[in-house]
Parts: sequence; C-alpha cells; structure tokens
Amino acid sequence: MRKFAEIRKSLYVALWFIFLTFPIMVIRINPLEKTVEWRWMNMALVGIGTFFLSFLWRYLISKKEEGSKRAEEKQNEKISKLRRLIENRKIIAGSVVAGALLAAVFPFVVSLYQTNIMTTALIYVMLGLGLNIVVGLAGLLDLGYVAFYAVGAYAYALLNYHFGLNFWMVLPVGAALGALFGILLGFPVLRLRGDYLAIVTLGFGEIIRLILENWNEFSFGPSGISNISRPPLFGIELSVQNATVYMYYIMIFLCLVTIFIVKRLQDSRIGRAWVALREDEVACQAMGIDRTKTKLTAFALGATWAGMGGVVFAAKTTFVNPASFTIWESIIILCIVVLGGMGSVIGVITGAFIIILLPEYLRVFSEFRMLMFGIILVVMMVFRPGGIISGVRRTYKFEGKNF
Amino acid sequence: MDYFLELFLGGLTRGSIYALIALGYTMVYGIIQLINFAHGEIYMIGAFTALIVISVLMSTGMNPVAVILIAGFVAVIYSCAYGFTLEKIAYKPLRNAPRLSALISAIGMSLFLQNYVLLAQTCDFLPFPNLIPDFECIEPFAHIIGSTDVVILVTTAVVMIILTILIRYTKIGKAMRATSQDRVMASLMGIDVNTVISFTFILGSATAAIGGVLIASHIGMINFYIGFIAGIKAFVAAVLGGIGSLPGAVLGGFVLGWTESFATGYISSDYEDVFAFLFLVLILIFKPSGILGRSEQSKV
Repeated sequence: MRKFAEIRKSLYVALWFIFLTFPIMVIRINPLEKTVEWRWMNMALVGIGTFFLSFLWRYLISKKEEGSKRAEEKQNEKISKLRRLIENRKIIAGSVVAGALLAAVFPFVVSLYQTNIMTTALIYVMLGLGLNIVVGLAGLLDLGYVAFYAVGAYAYALLNYHFGLNFWMVLPVGAALGALFGILLGFPVLRLRGDYLAIVTLGFGEIIRLILENWNEFSFGPSGISNISRPPLFGIELSVQNATVYMYYIMIFLCLVTIFIVKRLQDSRIGRAWVALREDEVACQAMGIDRTKTKLTAFALGATWAGMGGVVFAAKTTFVNPASFTIWESIIILCIVVLGGMGSVIGVITGAFIIILLPEYLRVFSEFRMLMFGIILVVMMVFRPGGIISGVRRTYKFEGKNF
Repeated sequence: MDYFLELFLGGLTRGSIYALIALGYTMVYGIIQLINFAHGEIYMIGAFTALIVISVLMSTGMNPVAVILIAGFVAVIYSCAYGFTLEKIAYKPLRNAPRLSALISAIGMSLFLQNYVLLAQTCDFLPFPNLIPDFECIEPFAHIIGSTDVVILVTTAVVMIILTILIRYTKIGKAMRATSQDRVMASLMGIDVNTVISFTFILGSATAAIGGVLIASHIGMINFYIGFIAGIKAFVAAVLGGIGSLPGAVLGGFVLGWTESFATGYISSDYEDVFAFLFLVLILIFKPSGILGRSEQSKV
C-alpha cells in the first residue's frame, strides 16, 4: 500500500513538472520567421525523468533526516570512512610521494595540450584556496572574487605593456594590488551582514568589468591586450613548448606555497578567529575579537591569491580581455569551493580538478556545464553542505581517566 | 525642460518596473530573511512564457489586446508555479541550515534556471512585440510619454494598492506579518508557516511576472540573461528603500530609476549599470537600513 502511495506521489510530481516545463521545453518559437515548433519528445523526457528523480529525491531527503537524527545520538561516530582514510598517516605519506612524482613527470608523459589544461586547473586550485579563506573559513560570501583576478591580470598586462616589467617583478605587485583592492572594497561593506556582502561584491565585480570594457584609454576596451611576455627563466629565451612546461612548474610551486600558507593560516590565531566569526558573530565579539579587522584580513588575503592568480593567468595566455572576467568565473570558483568542501584544503583541490578537468574530458556535456554547476550548488547545499571532503575543526579530546 | 521631463518620466517608468520586482525580494526577505537570488529568473521566465503564448496566439490571428491580456495571465500563473516549486526544492530543505547555505542554493537555482531557458530556447535576443495599443487621449504628450509608459505606471499603482490591501486587511496578510515578526511564535499561534512562505513566494513571483511582461513590451526584446541584471537592480532598490518594507521597495525603485535615468541622460550611458552598483555601495555605507527600513542591531 505504501509503495502505491509513493508511486502516486511521483506521478503527481511528474505531472506537475510536465505542466511547469511545458511552454519552455515543448514550444520553441522563432519570432523572425513567425514559426512555432512543438517538441513533444521533451515533454515525455521531462515526465519520465522527474518521475524517477522524485523517488531519488524523497529517498535522499528521508536519509538526510534520519542521518541528522542519528548524528545527534552518537556524535563521536560521525567521522566518515573517507575522513579516516585521509587522516591515516601512512596513506598520507604514500599519496604525497606518489602525487609529487606524478606532478613532477606529468609534462613529460603527456601532450602539451594536457599540460596546458593542467596548468589551468592549478590556477583554479590557487583561486579556490584563496576563495576558501573568504567563504569557507570566514563565511563571507564573495561573489566578486573575479574582480581581484582581473586586477592581477590587468596589472601584469599593463605594466608589461607600458614599462616592460617581467613576470617575477609583477607577481608581488599583483598580489599587493589584489590585497589593496580587497581592503578598499572590504572597508565599507564588511560591517554589513552576510547577504548584503554577496550582492555588493557581485556589483563590484561587474563594475570592474564594465570599467575595463569601457575605459578604452586605460585598458584598451573589449579588444584587450595581447602579446604579454611569458615568464623569463634567468634570461634564457624559451620556445612556446618549453614555456608551457615552465609555466606548469611555476604553478606547481605557487600551489605548494599557497597550500602551505593556507594550512598554517588555518591553525593560527587569525584562522581560528575566522571560523569563530563564521559560527557566531556576537559571541565572537564578546570574546574580544575585532570583527571588522578579522573580516578585512580574510578578505584581503583571499584577494591576494586572486591577484597572483590573475598575473599567472595573463602570463599563461599572453592575452587578457574583459570577457575572461565575468561573474560566471566567480561562480565557477565558488562551485569549486562548495563542491570540494568549504574550509577544507584537500577538498578544494579535489573540487578544482573535478570542476575544471571533467568538462575538458567530457566534451559532450560541455553545453550543460553551467546547468550542471547550478544543480551542483543546490544539491550539495541540500544534501551535503560540507562538500565532498568536508573540513573538520580541530577539537580538544580529553583522554585521561573518566571522572 | 522637455529633456528633463522626458528623463524624469523615463526614470519613473523604469523605477516602476524595479519596484515591481523589488516587491518580491522584499516580501521574501521579510518572511525568511533570505535574498532570493533566483527572483530575477522568475521574472525572466514570466517574460519568456508571455512571448511564447503571444507567438502561438498571434498565429491564430486574435485581437492583440486580448492576446497580451491572456499572455500576461499565463505568465503570472507560470511564474507563480515556478516560484512555488523553487521554494520547495531549493529553500525548504534548508530552512534551518546556516544562511550561507541557503544563499548558495539560491545562486545555484538562478544559474540553473538561466541555463535551462538558454538550452531549451535560445541564447539570442528575441523581439517582443509591443501589443499595447496607442491611446488617443495622451496624443498631445506623445513626445515625452508613450502609452506603454502609462500602462506601466497604472499597473504598478494598481498592483501596489492590491498588495497593500492584501497585507493590511486580509487573514493571510496578517499571517504573513506575524510570520515575518517571529516564525516560531506564529506557528505556535496556529499559523501554517509553510503555507505562508509558499504564498509569499507565489505573490512575489506574480508581481515579478507582471513586471517582466511590461518591461519586455517596453524594451521590445528579451533573452535568457535579462533576469540577472534586472534582479540585481531590483535588489538595489529593495535595499535602498529598506529591505522588508513594501513602501520602501517602491520608493527605492523610483529613486533608483531616476538616478539611472538622469545619470545616463546627463553623464554617460556607457556606465549605466555602474551607477546602480555605486549607489548601492554608497547607501550601504551611509544608511544600511535604507530609507524606510528599521535598523535592527544585535548587541554584544
């Protein structure tokens, strides 16, 4: 009897979605030629799809509710198998060595194209880790992250164009400019509550892009700047091929530095202050943490990595234009952080590889990329807010005798 | 002077549209303290549904006024259905989750709906026929105000009045006000909070759809992306007026409309969107609670 009720429920859901998607999925209009195309196939697809998905949805929701009940009962056993696997020292050492070897020989075993993609993925790892500080640790939703990325990229492009400065000179400049813009934006808005911040940063990202697009004398408008020089290696001229490999190693190095710093920051006084602020602002202030200053540091540090990422991006592609810095870029980076696990370094790295590499290899789905990202954001938030590999807060365990 | 008047009325029309969308933001925010990022997409879907209905009906050779009325009605119904479903899928399971989760889920929904329309329909701009007839009585003023603008202004006023009556004097309005003050207490008093929240989403979606159909007739073309910028600007309007306050949303819409109209008219049209954002930042710095909003402070 219960089964029958379930089927009936799913049937209703399917009918509802058929109704809901009817005009947009079934009818396609062409106002220029004044023709109307009816696509009844889609209607059947929507109906069958939602019929089965609604079963899955209800099953997952009920499981989630059960899970939260169980978690209340036995809190200690919440640590998942995956987490235990990650925490095991032997496995960590083994995978680090294997990963390092793989990373070191990677450009020599695969084609140049693959190396290039991997470099891109590594840039996103860096950006993801930077945004992780802001969103994951400090809990500030920053939707204009790409603005700082643009600042870094244009800093290198312009300084290289006008003054001929090279990559290594501009890298710290880009980082500093990123931080400066982070502080400039953060100062007025960080006193506000979280949701305002999301919109203001989003607006800021758009402002930067619009300025880059319209201020022709400064940024050369929509056509962008080309022929940016690649990073030099002790004055040796590198061929395009070698330069790509070199870029890859630079990125590996920068990622390692980022991981190291982020890890150290996470456990430092300021890192713990961020997490505390994320959990409860009022309690945090009562403990004597300066809210604005702490948030501002998170914002500025996050922006620093975006600035550096921008410089690397400009050096890698040797071309920048405003079209690379749309709001979608920010959302992709946010997706990386959310999918991987907010506040977890290893999670963000995993997230970046999944989000950047999967669409590269599954070209068939590239059309549906953004659609999938939207679904990922919603589904992750509903069913697994911690991400694939969720960050675990350090807790003090009392291991003495029980009183 | 004529130029000034033209800009003034242009700003008023623009502001009414922002106000219609901002009402949805402000109502939803008032009830569940969530910025419904996907609200702009609801508006876009309203406009698309209307365009589809118009195209289908026009091929049967119906009277244009009847066509636009039917299209508007269908658009409202569909937007309400989308708003309702949206809340059930993306927000209801997160009712007790941290705010950041709900916000990210909202962004995901916005992204999903945009791409859904993009893939199911097209990424090009589609022309939207203006079926609103020219009124003879405004003929002498035709050089500063069109009949579409008049329709927009009148519709906004009517929607505002209906909403005010609904919220002030009906039972569901009372329930909405109670829920926005204290959700737990309201449910203890026998108010079905889930119904109230669903109703709020439906109401907000309906106003957004009306706004969508009107602006699409005004501007004359739509694509899948229109909801995004309009949504953000409406949000600016809602914040400007004081989020959570209905008259505030309308006032905010007008102020934003005028600002944009005059700034683009007298300064530069390249930076149209920049003005709105700059304005938002300035308000948030100097008066974060908005013009008509109450400031709520949580003290240490």
